Amino acid sequence: MGLGRQRLMRLDYLVIAEWIKPESSVLDLGCGDGELLSILVKEKHVRANGIEIDEQAIYKCVEKGLSVFNEDIEEGLSDYPDESFDYVIMNGSLQQVKKPDTVFKQALRVGKRLIVGFPNFSHYSTRLQMLFSGKVPVTPSLPYQWYDTPNLHFLSISNFRDYCKLRSLKIEASAFVAKEKRVGLLPNLRAEQGLFLLSK
Amino acid sequence: MGIPDDSIGIVETKYFTFAAPPHEMVLESGERLGPITLAYETYGQLDKDKSNAILVAHALSGDAHAAGLHHEEKTPGWWDSMIGPGKAMDTDKYFVVASNVIGGCKGSTGPASTNPKTGRPYGQDFPIVSIKDMVDAQVQLLDHLGIERLLTVTGGSMGGMQALQWMVSYPERIRSAIPISTALKHTPQQIAFDEVGRQAIMADPNWSEGNYYDHSPPAKGLAVARMVGHITYMSEASMAEKFGRKMKESKGPMKFSPDFEVEGYLEYRGENFVKRFDANSYLYITKAMDYFDVVGRKTPAEIFKGLKAKVLVIAFKSDWLYPAHQSQEIVKACKWAGVEATYCEVHSTYGHDAFLLESGEETRLIKHFLSSVHASGDGPGKAASHEIRLPGNR
Repeated sequence: MGLGRQRLMRLDYLVIAEWIKPESSVLDLGCGDGELLSILVKEKHVRANGIEIDEQAIYKCVEKGLSVFNEDIEEGLSDYPDESFDYVIMNGSLQQVKKPDTVFKQALRVGKRLIVGFPNFSHYSTRLQMLFSGKVPVTPSLPYQWYDTPNLHFLSISNFRDYCKLRSLKIEASAFVAKEKRVGLLPNLRAEQGLFLLSK
Repeated sequence: MGIPDDSIGIVETKYFTFAAPPHEMVLESGERLGPITLAYETYGQLDKDKSNAILVAHALSGDAHAAGLHHEEKTPGWWDSMIGPGKAMDTDKYFVVASNVIGGCKGSTGPASTNPKTGRPYGQDFPIVSIKDMVDAQVQLLDHLGIERLLTVTGGSMGGMQALQWMVSYPERIRSAIPISTALKHTPQQIAFDEVGRQAIMADPNWSEGNYYDHSPPAKGLAVARMVGHITYMSEASMAEKFGRKMKESKGPMKFSPDFEVEGYLEYRGENFVKRFDANSYLYITKAMDYFDVVGRKTPAEIFKGLKAKVLVIAFKSDWLYPAHQSQEIVKACKWAGVEATYCEVHSTYGHDAFLLESGEETRLIKHFLSSVHASGDGPGKAASHEIRLPGNR
């Protein structure tokens, strides 16, 4: 209800909120200070859970009344029974885990559906930077220098589609974002961020 | 008198006696104990629908005096940093109850109490008590106070064990629980440290099989037990910071009189403890902690099944006596049972003592956790009515 009126909300949050059914259960992997989970609690009345490694972010989550675990995604996931959640979200944390393939497998075991959001490495600005400067690109969606970045993996929207095929994952919905606007045409070239709703 | 504004002020210990023969309380061991007196204190006011009550459970050497000041005393209760007006357990909002455990020596029935059958102190005739027995006695107290359901039950170390026992034995009587720096059961290492303490007491010639109440108590043994305890409550870093290798200003007469500051500190702590604690209570309470096993014959996945209470688990990074992985076992059990839980591993160098000392971080967690439980209805999954800050300036 009324998601559209909130112009201030980040577009990726809006997309995710639109995908999630009301009253469902959600586990956000790498939930940070709980901004997305708070929105989902308020707008979709979800039963919200998060996993976050940063202690300071945990305090902010608790201040928002959220239930969160201060632990490593890669260790914390294995403790849940199968299909504990309707949705598991990995928005911006996929490229930061050591073994994305293992985490995906666990996330799809723990959740009925998986929502993934990641910065698109093949956006034209990164391609151009690579081509003309010959340096690893630094862009708004990939703002870090190579020597100080939480990102361990770089992937494009096309890479991710290949991966879904390889692992026989069903893409139920997708959305592409650049500069807080939706991208329709040529997302692998034009989108800064890709978002996917997946099921087994 | 300089009582700080955020202190609950002058408080008094009260007493509640129950289980008078022939209606003695049946203990987990099958033995009967009665009459039983519990020493307790309360802070704040119970609201009309009795929905704001918090039970605070103490650790090994604690007591019912959790907050405020006793008349003409300067040292506040053991968790005064957390309980008081505007504090994490805000006495303007909540009604806080703290009681001394059975087996204790601070006003509740324990081995130093008079055995009605003999007219003399129980000593070693006192039955073995368990954490479950301590909790069962607390239930009697809450019934007496007219509290059907607690807003939360919380405590650190053995207090955390009591919170866990509440989660398992009386899940319908709690809306939330906050076990801190604790474990589902003791490891052999934890039992081993307790055993060194017990052996020190029993090796003291004054111990006399626990019947020392008419002569000098086993003070040396109890002091050594407390010294070992203190070492395990601190961390290597906190000891290095507090004492380094500094020497005492005056050295004793003998070759091996304490000369390092850390030695003097432990000696002082040991001697001080003897003045306020009964050696038999130390034996009984440490044994209760060692026997505690909230999992028992079940699997950890089963213990919290059906628990509707919200749970906040807190561990401290430098705590090596109750290391964080033991708190993570509690968290795992919550995950398996689908319990709504939060876990935070707080940075601290204080070691196990951190739960009494890191009040800033604990306050941040407990204050907000409590207000979200307090604000939420009783149904699980019902979201707390919290203001949500929408992203503004991006």
